[in-house]
Order: sequence, then structure tokens, then C-alpha cells
Amino acid sequence: MTPFEHSVLDVAGVQNAYIHTMWTVLLGICALMYVLVLGFLLWALLRARRTPDPVRPAESTGVESALYAWIGLVIVGLFGITITSYAVDRAIFAAGQKSGLALEVTSQQWWWDIKYQNDDPSQSFHTANEIHLPVNVPVTISLRSPDVIHSFWVPNLHGKQDLIPGRDTDIHLRPTRTGVFRGQCAEFCGAQHANMAVYVFVESQQDFDRWRAGQLQAATAPTGSTAAQGRDSFMTSACPLCHTIRGTDAAGVTGPDLTHVASRASLAAGALDYNRGNLAAWIADPQGIKPGNHMPTVGLSPQDLQSIAAYLDGLK
Amino acid sequence: MCSRYLRISLVGPLWIVTLLALGGCQREKRQFQSSPVTESGPMQVRTTDLQAGQTTPLQPDARRALYENNAYNLSEGKRLYQWFNCVGCHAHGGGDSGPPLIDSAWRYGGEIEQIYATIQQGRPNGMPAFGGKIPEQQIWQIAGYVRSISGNLSRSASPGRNDEMQTSPPEQLMEKQPPVTSSPAATEGTQK
Amino acid sequence: MATEVTFPRDETTRAEAATHEWLSRTWATPQGLIGWLSEVDHKIVGRRSLITAVAFFALGGLLALTMRVQLAKPDNNLIGPDLYNQLFSMHGSTMMFLFAVPVMQALGVYLVPLMVGTRAIAFPRLNAFAFWVYLFGGVMLYVAFALNIGPDTGWFSYVPLSGPQYSSGKRVDFWAQMITFTELSSLAIAVSTICTIFKQRAPGMSLQKMPLFVWALLVTNFMVCFAMPAVMIASTYLLLDRSIATQFFNPAEGGDPLLWQHLFWFFGHPEVYIIFIPGLGIVSAITATFSGRSVVAYPLMVLSLLATGFLAFGLWVHHMFATGLPRLGDSFYTAASAMIALPSGIQIFCWIATMWEGRIRFTTPMLFVIGFVVVFVLGGLTGVMLASVPMDLQVHDTYFVVAHFHYVLIGGAVFPLLGGFYYWFPKMTGRLLSERLGKWNFWLFFIGFNVTFFPMHILGLEGMPRRVYTYSAQLGWGSMNLLATTGAFVLAIGVLLFLVNVARSLRSGQRAAANPWGASGLEWATDSPPPNYNFAHIPVAETSEPLWDHPHELPVAHGLRLDRRELLLTSVGEASPDLREPSADPSIWPFLAALAATFLFILSIFTPWGLYIGAVPVAITLIGWFWPRPGESIEREG
Repeated sequence: MTPFEHSVLDVAGVQNAYIHTMWTVLLGICALMYVLVLGFLLWALLRARRTPDPVRPAESTGVESALYAWIGLVIVGLFGITITSYAVDRAIFAAGQKSGLALEVTSQQWWWDIKYQNDDPSQSFHTANEIHLPVNVPVTISLRSPDVIHSFWVPNLHGKQDLIPGRDTDIHLRPTRTGVFRGQCAEFCGAQHANMAVYVFVESQQDFDRWRAGQLQAATAPTGSTAAQGRDSFMTSACPLCHTIRGTDAAGVTGPDLTHVASRASLAAGALDYNRGNLAAWIADPQGIKPGNHMPTVGLSPQDLQSIAAYLDGLK
Repeated sequence: MCSRYLRISLVGPLWIVTLLALGGCQREKRQFQSSPVTESGPMQVRTTDLQAGQTTPLQPDARRALYENNAYNLSEGKRLYQWFNCVGCHAHGGGDSGPPLIDSAWRYGGEIEQIYATIQQGRPNGMPAFGGKIPEQQIWQIAGYVRSISGNLSRSASPGRNDEMQTSPPEQLMEKQPPVTSSPAATEGTQK
Repeated sequence: MATEVTFPRDETTRAEAATHEWLSRTWATPQGLIGWLSEVDHKIVGRRSLITAVAFFALGGLLALTMRVQLAKPDNNLIGPDLYNQLFSMHGSTMMFLFAVPVMQALGVYLVPLMVGTRAIAFPRLNAFAFWVYLFGGVMLYVAFALNIGPDTGWFSYVPLSGPQYSSGKRVDFWAQMITFTELSSLAIAVSTICTIFKQRAPGMSLQKMPLFVWALLVTNFMVCFAMPAVMIASTYLLLDRSIATQFFNPAEGGDPLLWQHLFWFFGHPEVYIIFIPGLGIVSAITATFSGRSVVAYPLMVLSLLATGFLAFGLWVHHMFATGLPRLGDSFYTAASAMIALPSGIQIFCWIATMWEGRIRFTTPMLFVIGFVVVFVLGGLTGVMLASVPMDLQVHDTYFVVAHFHYVLIGGAVFPLLGGFYYWFPKMTGRLLSERLGKWNFWLFFIGFNVTFFPMHILGLEGMPRRVYTYSAQLGWGSMNLLATTGAFVLAIGVLLFLVNVARSLRSGQRAAANPWGASGLEWATDSPPPNYNFAHIPVAETSEPLWDHPHELPVAHGLRLDRRELLLTSVGEASPDLREPSADPSIWPFLAALAATFLFILSIFTPWGLYIGAVPVAITLIGWFWPRPGESIEREG
């Protein structure tokens, strides 16, 4: 797995940059208030003489004015935070109004179906659990969920947006530097909520165009007899009922698109790094790796398993 | 302060809970298959109750309880029923080009083992053979779900409604339609 | 150093002894098993509720420890996803529904009648019924958990995940029905407590002289009345969707998953203030006593409580900022969520000012109050951070939020609660808790708490979402998680020390006089533990600190019957004496009605006919409960 980033505080997008400003303002104001409260508390504890007899001394002057000053300070602080929050919110909204790339993300239990949208159907394609974006280009991702509530969250780029059945929501991103940024579903969605990651590769425009052109191609034909055998085994066993491999007869839509599975960095929505061994392990025992997920144990013979893994490993 | 009754009320439930916990509740068990060995299924099961001479009852499979009384397996079966497009021929049990599954008439038998065999082997007159295509455990789950469509399974285990447009009452509210023994009238769908 | 309180001796000593003897007989605790089940004394019912709540707290804590062990290292396989989902759902549900609200209401049930100077709580049988319903509901949930039918969709159980399609079996149904139990119990206690506070205060205790703890419980119980129905409706809709195919949350048939969120959070946000406001009352009581003076700016303190209670109902959408609601609407909730910091901030200032003005005694309760300030204010400030929509969009549903709410809930409720236990334990049991163990308890709890939950702020900012049963080693979350787990065990030892302290003190603790702390409230004007009838004569409260202003002889009222259970009702505003009201005798019917209600609720989980079948025993027990008794007293002018 290539090294990735997954953090709120390492800004990689325009929207998160605004949020970072908000965080800095909040941290500053809240830290100041906390220090004041603790300071006052410490002063009070040190000032009060410790005697066992509960005497009731008269109220000293100045407490009332200090109280009003404190109320004023709190009001000013809260106003400041609220106004800043509004300003940041408006800035984020304005930044999202520019159009560029259009994606459709459909969240399933427990993986992400990514569709690169285009008005020309021959220019649109599906992939799974991995998004590539060109740097500095605004992206609009429309979000929908056919099953339960999920939440699309790539912390380095922006806050999260829930995907709610029956509602169409969207999120706008504009990455500002290249890198690999991990995201994770952030709304509890069932047994494998913990293993529902998405990887966002932000790259230069040329790299993105190259990747996109590759994804638009139909599946690579198998090279070598094992891979060819694997393709036949794939097509005759349970796999095509759920998976699509464009350019072949496999056209199932309930599972992730496998046309370019070998080009991805991870398997099973981040549960495994992609490599040939993990691919075979996943096919052999998906329930052991991600218990409760919707891929069943298919029960292939060892030769079929190896040949199918060889075939899929060629789908770059 | 710690009266005798207080102590009883604290200790008593603990014993009950411990005993019950050892038993567990089969209806709620969610067994994600953790061993990479697949299920097998009944291959040699007769599809009719017409027999020469004395009738012998159908031998129930040992896994019947697991797939008929387990809420998780039934809800998985319901999901797979849509995913593998059983809806395309059988609709949501009402039948279309395929016979209805909601009533008591079963051409090839209505017990879970017989339904399993029907899905696995296919049948002349249009039922495809899903053996080798759908893994065996999932065929079991679908067969169990199909049993629930006709209201034959317990209400507590049967699935509720789906989050989609409603075409029929959910399985847990269906009136029980026990499978009728195979007969010519049944295969033609005229037997009530 | 206890302040001696003597009862007035304006009658002869023999007459006084006769008074006590008559009262002991009239208000006697019934004997035997039937008697034990018939108990309606608010102190005994309150004590049972407190013990039950603490037991649930311990169970919830054990669940949390198990979760922490699973999360201590990456890719851990100690606990699988299904069990983990049940663990965090049970932990949240236990703490929120079975511990936090019941324990605060139970403290009110025990203390409020004593603090307002009356003999019993209003509607004592309703109060007993509430306890049994709470107990049965909690036990039902844990039996379900033991049978693998425990809830597994979280303590707020969003649809469609918890709906009929995606949650099979009866797990969610048991959770939803547990809510019915606990909310019924809470509402019943709220009614009793509000009526006690409004109508049974000691003569002269006008609203302006009421202790701040009583104000806090008044606000809390009003909030219960308005908030609980929302969650009862929500859980009922969910049960109906799951059992008879209603369409409340089905978008394809006109429902909406967001309806659940709105209904739940309309309850859920006030719920956390219901938990937190009694804590504020406890802090006021303890601070006043151990600073040797009344809390500064009493009117502002009362207004802050009222403002918090009102504002709490206008914040709920801040739990839904990520759902895609219109931004203008979200902005309103940002402002409201920020605004509610103001009354709490005022109260914090006033308590510290009280300490500043007074002479502090660093007893264990006072330590917990100081811990409360340190912990709760941090939590409140992260709450203000969460009020901002852009910030919330990043840290919503991450460990940052987990850190925030543990800081405000443990800081704002559990710290004061522990302080309150140390403070009122002598009154309830007649024995003092060990100060030495208490200080160990406090420091282990305080340090353990911070080591557990502070790293979670960092984990949230590093991208760790909530409710994940494991995480990859490549994410680098391992060290913070291990630190949090270590802290959790220290915290657990602190809690254990508390339980040990309680057990030892019950056996051999130093005996406590009526007023061991030299406090000012009416609850300290009677023995420790109080006799069944609370006060031999109803006290008259001429000032807000009765025991400080009348250190030697408290003015009292005379005239209530000794041969029947009788209370003095006073007017709502000025507490002038109004009526003499009979108080219910012990009765088995609340227990039987609770059993009938339990039968109804549990049967309804399995069949909709349960409602009709179960209604029959409920009707029978209610008839038995309300059957008029011959020769029952009527109200008389006081």
C-alpha cells in the first residue's frame, strides 16, 4: 500500500483550509477561556484560608463587576465564534459553486461505488473504493445510498456528508496538493462499518488523464494459459452474478466493478492492500477477513482459485 | 440495609441470566461463515409426495432449523432473492412468468429441502439451475426465505417489510399457506 | 464538628417521645416479602433506585472496558464485529437510559422531600411503580443481551439500519421497548417530584428561598415531561415499522429516515441536559457547604438553570449538521448551541466566586466539585467548537465527539454525583465514608479519566471514526488507543475504590450525626439516617439557609395527624400553609401493576396482539390500585 494521509489537520483541499481557519479561531478562543477559568479557580483555591469553622464572611466588592465583565467576555467570545463560523460556512459554499469534474458516489454496505459521470455514456465508467482527482480542479460528488445511512469523509479534503436513503446530497471538493488521502465511512452502517475506506489519489492533470483513459478501456484480455483458464472459471462460477467486467459477459451490479481491479491500491474497501496473494486470500475466505460482508465463500477448487486470481491480477 | 430480600433480588437474576446465556438464542445467531469450507445441500430429494404403496414422509435435513428459524439467514435470503433477480420471474411472491410462491401449490414440493433442490438443479418449464452459480449457503438462505413468503415460518424469525414500495404484506404478517401435496391440479395451479 | 440541632421542647419530654412513637408506628416500614414489595417510602424507593443505577453503571463500565481492550491495539481479533456492535450499543444505552437519568432522578426522589421539609414525596405509589418499571426494563435489556438479542445499532439506533430490512430478529425491538420502560418510569418520577416541589414545601420556603438543588431538580423534571414523549413516539414508530409494516421511516412510501433523527434528537439533546442539570444542583449544594457561605448571585443561578432548560430544547439539529439540511437552518442551531454556553459559564463563575469569597474545606465532595470544574469546562468548550457547522462536519461521528461528551457527561454529571454520594452518604446511612479512600478514589478517577479521554480528541482529529471494532496499524492510531485503554483501567480502579469505600463504611464506618458537614439545608435538620417520617414536626423555613440562621432551634409547625399518614400542602409561590393531605400507605399494587406493564411490553415485542392481551392485567392492577378504601381521609383545611 502506498503511504497515505488521513488527518483533519493536514490540509489538502480548499474546503478543509477554511475549516482549518475555523479550528484555529476556535482553539484560540476556547483555550483562552479555559485558562481564565482555571486561573480564577486556582486563585480562589489559594486565596481561601483553610479553617475548619464555617464562618460566613461578608461579600467583597468587585465580585459583581467581575461577573458582568465575565458575562460580557463570554458573549463577545461566543459572538466571535458564531460570526466566524458563518463566514467560513459561506466561504466553503462559495468555493463549491464552481463546476469541474462530476462524480456519483453510491455507498453500499460496505463499499463505495464510484461513477465518473459524463453526459456521453461512453465516457463514463464505474470503479470501486478508489477515486482519482486532478489537483486544483473543483469536483462535485453527488451522493446517494440505496441501503442505510453512510457518510463520505476524506478528512484531509473536507468535512463529511451523510448519504441518506431517499435523499440526494452532494459534496464539493477542490484538492490543492497531490498525494494519497484516505477516507472512511463515518456513520455507523452495520457489521463492517469499520472496514469501509475509500482512497483518493490526487495527481497532476496528465496523470489523471492517463488513469482515466485506462479506466475507460474494456478489460485487458488475459495473457497466458493460466489467466485464460481463470477467465473461463470466473465466467462459469458464481462471480458474474454480482460483478461486472466490462468487455466480457460478466455484468452483475450488486458487487464492485472488477474491470480494473488490479490497478487499485486496496481490496475490500481498504480491508486489505492489493496484491496477488491478498486477492487470492480474499476470494478464498472473504468472511474470515471481513465477517458479515456480502461476498460469500464461493468454494473454488485450488486450481480455479489460482487461475482466477491470475486472471484478475491481469486486469490493470 | 442489605435485607435478605435485597440480596435475593441481586443474586437471583444473576443465576437466571447465566443459565440463559449458556443456552443462547438460536433465532438471533448471526453466523458469518468463518471457515472457508462451503455448505453442501440435499441433492437427492424427491419433488413429489406421490408414492407407490405406503407413503414415507420427507426426511428433514439437519440444517432445517438453522435456515428456517434464524432471523439473520431469512433476512439474507430476502436480500439475495432480489439480488439474484428471483423477482424477475416470481415477483415478490405473486408470480409472473414463474409460478407464485405465496400460495400453497408447489409443483416440485414446498419443504425447504425440495425448494433447495429446485433452485440448485433447475426445473423444466423455465427454472434455471443455480447450482455452481449461487454458493450453497446462499441457496439455503434463499430457500428458507421462500418458505417464509407463504407464511410458513415463525413470525418472530420472518423478515419485516423492506424499505421500498410495498407490493405485498411482509412475510411476518402473511397468512400461513401450508404446502399442499403434489397433484395434477396443483401443477396446473387450479388447486386452492 | 457537627452542628447540634435540637428539636423544640415546648412540650413535655414525654409528649415529645409519644409523638415520635406514634409517628414511627404510622409511618412504619412494612415487614415480610409482601411488605418489602409494598414499600412506598421515598427514601427506601430512592435508595433502591440509586443502588440499581450504580449497578448498571458498573455493568456499563465493564462493557466499556471490554471495548477498550479490543481497541487497545490495531487489527485486534479479541472481539468480532457483531459482539462489538452489541457492546457499544449496550454501553451507550445502559449509561444513558439505565444509569444517568435514573440516578439523578433517584437522588431527587430521596433528597427533595427532605430538602423541602415534608414527610413524603407526592404520589408515593406512583414513585414505587416507577422504580419497578425501571428495574424490569433494565433487567429485560440485559437478559436480551445475554441471549444474543442485545441491541447492535447504537444507543441512538438510526434507521434504516435499525429498520426491518437491515436489522433482522428482535434485537432492535428489545432496545426500543426498553425505552418505553425507562421513559414511563422517568415521566412518573417527574410528576411526583414536580408536585412535591410545588405543593409540599415547608411553610415559608418561597420559591426564592428554595435550595438550588431543588431548583435544578424542578427544571430537570419539567424537561423530562417535554422530552421523553418524543423518544417514546420515535421508539413506538420504530416498533410499529418493524412489527406491522407501518411506513414511518420508509422513503419509498412517504416516510423519511430523517424523521427518526429529528424525533430522537429532540429528546436526545434535552436528555443530556436532564443528566447534567441535577449535577449543577449538587455542585451548588456542596460548594455552599464547604465554602461556608451561600452561592453567590442566587437569582442569576436560578435564571441560568431555567435558561439552560429552555435553550436545551432548541439545539437538537446540531446532531444532524452532516445530513444535508438547509444551511440557513443549520446556522440557527449554531447560534443556539453557542448561546447555551452562557448560562453554564455564569454558573461556573458564581461557584468559583463562592469559593473565592468563602473559607474552603478540602473534603472529598469538594475535591469532586473542583474536578467537575476542570473537566466539565473543557467538555463545554469542545461543545462550543462542535456548534460551528464547518468544524462539526470534520469531527462529527469521530472520537473527538466521544471525548467531548464524556468530558461533559462524566465531568458534568458523574463527578458531581460522586461528590454528592460522599456528601449525602452520611445522611442516607448514618455513616461517614472514609476520607482517605475518598481522596484515593478522586485522584485515580480524575487521572484515569483524563488519560482515557483526552487522547480521544487527538484521535478524532487524526481521523478515527466512532463505532469501529478495529483499525489498521498503518493509520497510526495505536499509541493513543493504548493510552486510552490504560487510562480506562485506572478509572475502573477508581470506581472500584468507591464501591469498596461504600462497602466498608456500611459495615464499620464512623457514625454520622445529623449534620456532620455543618450544612444549611433542611435535610440536615433530622437524624442520619432520617426516621421514616422524616421530621417529627414540619419545619418552617424563614430564610434560605435555615440551619445556619437557626443553629440551635428550628421553628416548626404543628398540627398534622399522628395516627394517619398526612402531609402539609402549601401554596406554590410563597409556601403558605394550605391543606392537610393524606399520604398513601404501603401498597402491593404498584409492584403488580409494574409486572402487568412488563408483561404487556414484552408480549408486544413478539405480537401486536400483545397490546390487547396485556391490557387486561394492567387494567386489573390499576383497578386494584385505585379502588377506594373505606374511611379514607379527606383533605382538611390546615
